[in-house]
Parts: sequence; structure tokens; C-alpha cells
Amino acid sequence: MGFEGIGASVRRKEDVRFLSGRGNYTDDINRPGQLYAVMRRADRPHATIDAIDTTAASKAPGVVAIFTGADMAKEEIGGLPCGWQIHNKDGSPMAEPPHPVLAVGKVRHVGDPVAVVIAETKQQARDAAELIAIAYTDLPSVSSTTDALAPGAPEVHDGVAGNLCYDWHIGDKAVVDAAFAGAAHVVRLDLVNNRLVPNAMEPRAAIGDYDTSSGDYTLYTTSQNPHVIRLLMGAFVLHIPENKLRVVAPDVGGGFGSKIYHYAEEAIVTWASAKVRRPVKWTADRTESFMSDAHGRDHVSTAEMAVDKEGKFLGLRITTLANMGAYLSTFAPCVPTYLYATLLAGVYTTPVIYCNVKAVFTNTVPVDAYRGAGRPEATFLLERLVDCIAHDTGLDRVEIRRKNFIPADAFPYQTPVALAYDSGDYQTTLRVALKNADWDGFEARRAAAKSRGKLRGIGISTYLEACGIAPSAVVGSLGARAGLYEVANIRVHPTGSVTVFTGTHSHGQGHETTLAQLVCDQLGVPLSQVDVVHGDTAKIPFGMGTYGSRSLAVGGSAMVKAMDKIIAKGKKIAAHLMEAAVEDIEFADNTFKVAGTDKTKSLTDISLAAYVPHNYPIDEIEPGLDETAFYDPKNFTFPGGCHIAEVEIDPETGVTEVINFTAVDDVGRVVNPMIVEGQIQGGVAQGIGQALLESAIYDKQGQLLSGSMMDYTMPRADNLPNFNVSTENTMCTHNPLGSKGCGEDGAIGSPPAIMNAVIDALREYGVRHIDMPATGPKLWSIIQAGQTKMAAE
Amino acid sequence: MPQVTLTVNGKQHTVTVEARTLLVELLREKLGLTGTHVGCDTSQCGACVVHVDGIAAKTCTMLALQADGTSVATIEGLAAADGTLHPMQEMFREHHALQCGFCTPGMVMSAIDLVNSHPEGMTEREIREGLEGNLCRCTGYHNIVKAIAAAQPLMHAK
Repeated sequence: MGFEGIGASVRRKEDVRFLSGRGNYTDDINRPGQLYAVMRRADRPHATIDAIDTTAASKAPGVVAIFTGADMAKEEIGGLPCGWQIHNKDGSPMAEPPHPVLAVGKVRHVGDPVAVVIAETKQQARDAAELIAIAYTDLPSVSSTTDALAPGAPEVHDGVAGNLCYDWHIGDKAVVDAAFAGAAHVVRLDLVNNRLVPNAMEPRAAIGDYDTSSGDYTLYTTSQNPHVIRLLMGAFVLHIPENKLRVVAPDVGGGFGSKIYHYAEEAIVTWASAKVRRPVKWTADRTESFMSDAHGRDHVSTAEMAVDKEGKFLGLRITTLANMGAYLSTFAPCVPTYLYATLLAGVYTTPVIYCNVKAVFTNTVPVDAYRGAGRPEATFLLERLVDCIAHDTGLDRVEIRRKNFIPADAFPYQTPVALAYDSGDYQTTLRVALKNADWDGFEARRAAAKSRGKLRGIGISTYLEACGIAPSAVVGSLGARAGLYEVANIRVHPTGSVTVFTGTHSHGQGHETTLAQLVCDQLGVPLSQVDVVHGDTAKIPFGMGTYGSRSLAVGGSAMVKAMDKIIAKGKKIAAHLMEAAVEDIEFADNTFKVAGTDKTKSLTDISLAAYVPHNYPIDEIEPGLDETAFYDPKNFTFPGGCHIAEVEIDPETGVTEVINFTAVDDVGRVVNPMIVEGQIQGGVAQGIGQALLESAIYDKQGQLLSGSMMDYTMPRADNLPNFNVSTENTMCTHNPLGSKGCGEDGAIGSPPAIMNAVIDALREYGVRHIDMPATGPKLWSIIQAGQTKMAAE
Repeated sequence: MPQVTLTVNGKQHTVTVEARTLLVELLREKLGLTGTHVGCDTSQCGACVVHVDGIAAKTCTMLALQADGTSVATIEGLAAADGTLHPMQEMFREHHALQCGFCTPGMVMSAIDLVNSHPEGMTEREIREGLEGNLCRCTGYHNIVKAIAAAQPLMHAK
């Protein structure tokens, strides 16, 4: 075997399965006697439900049952819980209106589920769902973030005055205002972070399977965190104890955050399966996904930086409106607060920061974490603002960043917005990125493009994120209603092969390979003899799942701890077998050795002795070689880096082509460079999608206009360039691997790099800021207006 | 209900279907070939691509009855009987051209048709344009394009 441990770009163990059509996604699973559920959803944004007539639908062929919100309410089914409580400036808790599983009394967004039809076939269920007659009285609705707080705006929830979920802040406003009072420059920017639809390629699906003999429930679901779903659904919604509820998240076709949350359909099929005493499957079609998967972003902000005459940042003042949608999704309230405002120092030494965030309800799909979650919003705001500072003051945009960087020797670094960074080297990632992108040669390329009639621009973003989520006590003090540790069980089998049971979940990240490499590294077991099991609450002790780039930094660290225990126990067994003192036993390369001698025992010798304990220190230790560890991180991790985009805009069409994209990221210790590069490439693609193509658009009547892949522009192969991706790593100082995380970097650093490049390309037209997405028609209009103005001058 | 007779991965099947049954539903639900996926309902994503008489086709927009008398190849039938992967599958693995794996079967089937229909070979740009019918949300396409470029000479050499 070649080198397979930490640092090896080994090919993925999971690939042959996926490449041969043998993946096992939720919709691929069929249970004996299975029925099909189809949701009847609201076709309007806001209305009272006056009557639901299911007479015709229940007589339709194949229909087994129809349930409405009233049926669930009768059984005291709980609402969908929110996992994070934010407090207002005055200390009072946020508004937390009920989120019924099936709508009760009112519908509050297009797509709100009103009834479920369960039938022998999906087609029969779909036909019958159309026969349900719902009498509505339409109510005025509000869909835009800025309209939600306007006086007289329609109220989404009774009892939530003015649609205000919370009015939160961080920092000392008086101190920040004082910094502004003496500043040489105050640079202001109003900006929007566009609403996005995550669009994992696998639509959500769920199968409820109630065992009529044991009374056990099994839910198969497209989830990033099956234990969290078991906890939320079991404890708060259906009142099923954990020992009677198994949640399986098999192969999951992408998540990007949208599959973290506990969704109504999971509770509906689980509950309905017991009602009809047969398995019930629901699979979203793509339009349903658009109307029911949590959306991302949707911020409207005003940012101001106080700057001295040399270009040093003196203070930052921000107000942000964040759209929560119609209901609070599982982690929604923490995204525009603790995952956003705490990142506003970025990579800079800004000494004082104040941020006020108002979260609002609207008649739209709930908004929650989407790849990056709060951190892309913070990064976009900061990196656009820094370019505006350069624009307004005439300072060089690279120099102004350098001047304000936290120096590499300043770590640990305490920011004014709560976070304490452990490590980083922003000068290095900047320097390498400038070199890799040939920044200095750009003006020649701009001139060459001009001679071809193209507008060429270059843009930079230097960024940081907080990952490895998260220290339980810290997030608990900030309103999280769960711990955010991770769990690993390492089972060394009698003949020396290993199974890893991890509480993290792989939905594209390649854990079956990366986590196995940790075992190769620490225990010296070949990759072929290591299997990683995830996604089943019946197999894995516990776990909090995968999001916030946490799997390696937190889940991998739990594995290291569990393997430390394996080695410690193995040493005792080895000492017994080799008649030596435990302190004299060394372990390396799969071998226990008595120090200073040639006496050795392989891990397999030890595991065999542990399971066949004929000659074994049975009075001192138990048989078996199977250890579990919980790892609670000491701090967040802080990946960061520099992204540089080079674009060309065709003034005839306004269409932007990304010519080059360079990313130099600091992700800490890299286990599999091939997989890390793939994660960054994919994140950058999503970031370019946000910057140039994607936008979830509601019209004034509350209809989602971009409600299918025909209307919502997903990046395709010919929208994107090849990516020049590399890493320059400093180690995380507080976890045993030194890893920081790489899943979200691409989506966080890239949007401002692209937009800074687009704006740079258009600078001859006096453009200072453009909101995303920079579509062809939008840029064409700007170019036309610019040309008209220039012609007039 | 009408019947459809078709050959799938070399094996003939006669199946009774509702007239409105889509080819992808026949493959997934009647024949248990769940490697072919449904990622959208508007022919945008290409997760459902198979070969019908050797040509890439989106099975979410084709009725099962339209496949009567055809020969269908799905991702399950691509590798040799001994498990040896098709060069396109092998290059996807070698170049890390898949992450979650959901778009992968359709992407591989499209890519094979793309290479087959360009015996003269394709540039990177042509490969990117040739993938216009397939969406991937994970990879950013960088490695998919590399894998297809690498598979071209292997496939044409055969």
C-alpha cells in the first residue's frame, strides 16, 4: 500500500458505489407495503383557511388517508421547534410564533403545507391532492425585507407587532460613534445580500416506517444530522422517546445547510405511518423544493467605516435587516447574529465595531443557514466596503488591506466582537494569491481586452470565517438550545480491521475516505480495512451532524480522542503479553513495541487477544477494543485566505465571463488535498453563482417568481472557469489535528472578489457599487447609462 | 393498461404501465434501477440521463411508452461484468469529479454520449458547452471537465 495517511490525495472509497448507480439515497429506498404522500400546499402567500373539503379527494382511487392541521392539532402534535433563542437589546427574548407542522387557521407563505394525501401510488396521491377544495380569504402580504418593518405593513403573525422577530446588537455604540467623530473619512455603503435557494441536486425526501409489532418508528430522511432530527422531532413534535425512534440519513445528495433543519414532511410521514400502519414515502419535486427548503442570505445593510488619513480603520458601524421568512427555521435566528456580526472584524484590526440587526418575518419561505451562513454576508459587506474606502479615498485597495491586517504575530487575537482568533497569516495568503493571479501583470491584460472591445476587471477579497462549530458552553450562553460537540466510536475488530462510527454526516464531503485516513495515520491500519459508518441513530452513539465546516475539526478530533483510548488500552494488553511495564510500551505504525527491545506485537495481535482473552489481564481491564469519545471544541476555528477574480464584460450584452479565479486559503491541517481542493472549487462555484446568476425573487403579490430551475439560474459548466486553488496553512492551535475546515471557504470568499472585479471593470463609468447578482441585463443597463452620460459630457 | 417492451442493459422487459408513466419511473420503480435519479421536473438538471438506442436522453421528460422497442443503457450497465469500470467512470474517480454522487450517473451518461459524438476530440470550452444539459451543485465542474478530457483518448482508443 502507498501512503494513505494524513496528507495523501487518496481516491475516494465511496466513488465506485456512486459511479455504478449503487448509491442508496432516501428515494431509492422502498419499504414493503409502502404508501406515498403528496402535500397540498398553499398557492398564496397569506390567507385564512376558512374550510377544507376533502370529500371528493378521499373518494379518489387509491386514497388511504388525508390529514390536515386540525387532525394533528387534535393529537397535540407540537410545532416545529427553533433551536436558537436570540435576545433583544433590552434583554427580552425574540418573538417565537408557532410553526404548525400542517397549517392551522392561516397560511403564511406560498408552499406552506395545508394537507397531506396518502395513497397507494404517488400519481394517485397527486391526483387526489388536486381534488381537495380549500376555501381561503386572502390577506394582504409582505415579502420584501425592507417592507416588513414599514408602518402599516401586513402582519405575518398575530401577536408579533410590526413583524419584528428581534432587535439585537453587539458592541458599544457610544464608543463607535466617538471613533467616527474624529475620523478623517467616513465611508458609507448600502448593500443587499441576495436571497438564494440552496438547490442540492437531490430533492428532500422522507419515509416514515412504523413497526406495528414493536411500536418502533423509523424515519429515513435526507438529513445532514439524523440525531438532531431524532431529538427535535421526537422530543418536541411527536413525543416519541429516543429508544422508539430511529432516524436514518443514508446517502444524501448534497446539503449546503438546507438539510440541517427539521422539516414538516419528516414529522408528517412518521406520524402518518403509525396512523395508516404502513410505511409512507414523500419525495419533493423540484418546485416543492423551491417552495419549502429553507432559503439563504437575504440581508439589507448599511455599513459605515471611520478611517484615518493614512487609511487605518478606526471604527465600523452597521445596521442590518435580516429576513427570517414566515416561520423560524431550526437555526435561523443565529445566522444574522452570532454567525454574522461576530465576523465583522474580518482579518482587520478595526478597534471598535457596533452592529444592530433587526430580524423580520415576511410571507416567504423560511430563511436559514446556506453554505457559509452569515459569514458570506459579513465578508461581502466588509470586502465591498474596503473597496469603497479605496474608491473614495484614492488609496490602493491591496495596500489598504495590508495596512489593516491583523499581523501574523498578534495571535491569539481578541476582536471587539467576541471572537478570539487562534491563528492565521493573512499577509502570506495575500502575497501568494497576488503572485498566483499575476496581479502585477493585470493592466496589460486589461489593455489587451480593451483592444478586443471587452471590459476587464480584477477584484480581491481577503476574508476569514469561524468554523468548527462549536464550543457548547459558549454557544449555550449565546442562545443555542443544544451542545455542539461531536462523537466518535472506533471499533477495532478481532482480526484488526476497523469500523468508525461518526456522528458527522457525509453528503458529498468524502468522509468515508478522509476520516478513514485518520485511522490509517494514527493506528496504521490500511485504508481498505477501515470503514466509516454515518447517518443512522441505531448504529452511532450520538452526534450533532455536519454543517459549519465542523466534521474534521470537531468530528475528526473526537476520533483522535477515541483512538488515543484504543492505543492506551492496547498498551496495557501489549504489556501483559510481552511481560513488560505499560510505561515501556510504544505504539507506532500498527505495532506495539517494548522500548529499547525488538519485542513487538501488531495491533491485530492485540485486538485478537482483546476479543479472545485466553491470556489477558482480565482482572485489570475488560475484553474488547472498542472506544467512544465525545469532543467538545475549545474554540471556533478560523480558516481564511485571499480570493482574486478576473472578469471580462462584453459591453454589447453586459454578460460577465470569469476568466481566472485564484483562491489561496488557510484551512489548517489538510488530510486529503484532492478533497479539500474539490470542496473549495465547489464553494467558489456557489459563490460565483450568487455573484453573477442566482436570486430568489418574490413579486409584490408574494409569489416566488424564480420557483424552478427554468427561472432560477444555477451555474452551469460554461458559466465557470477552471479554478486556481491552493492552500497556505497555519495550524489550528486548540484541536489535536490542527484542522480548521474547508467546506464553506469557497462560498464565503468568492462573491466579493467577483463583484469587486465586475465593479473594477466598469470603473470608467463611475460605478462604485452594484448589488448581486450582476446579471447581463443589469450590467448592460449600467454600461448604457454610463456611455450615454459620457457622451453627454 | 398498456404494455411496453424494451431492452435495458441487455435484458428484455415487458412491463405494464399507466400511459402517463415516465421512463424514469419505469426504470426506478418497476425495474428497481435506482441509479438513474430525478433532480428536477423541468428537464434542467440531467440527473436522469440514460442512453436510448445509444443517444443520451432525459428520462424525466420521456414517456415509458415512447421507449417501446428501444434499447436502454443505464449507469448500472456501464461497468464490465467483472466490475471493471468504463473509462469515463474510472476518470471521474481518478479526477475527483463527483462529491455527493447524485448528479453523477446522469453526468457520466451525458459525458459518454458527448465524447462518442465528437470523435475528433473536444477542447475544454467545447466540453463545458457540451455539458449544458447537466447541473452539478457540488464540484463547480472543474474536475468533471478534467475527467471528460482525460476519458476522451481512452474511449477513442478503443
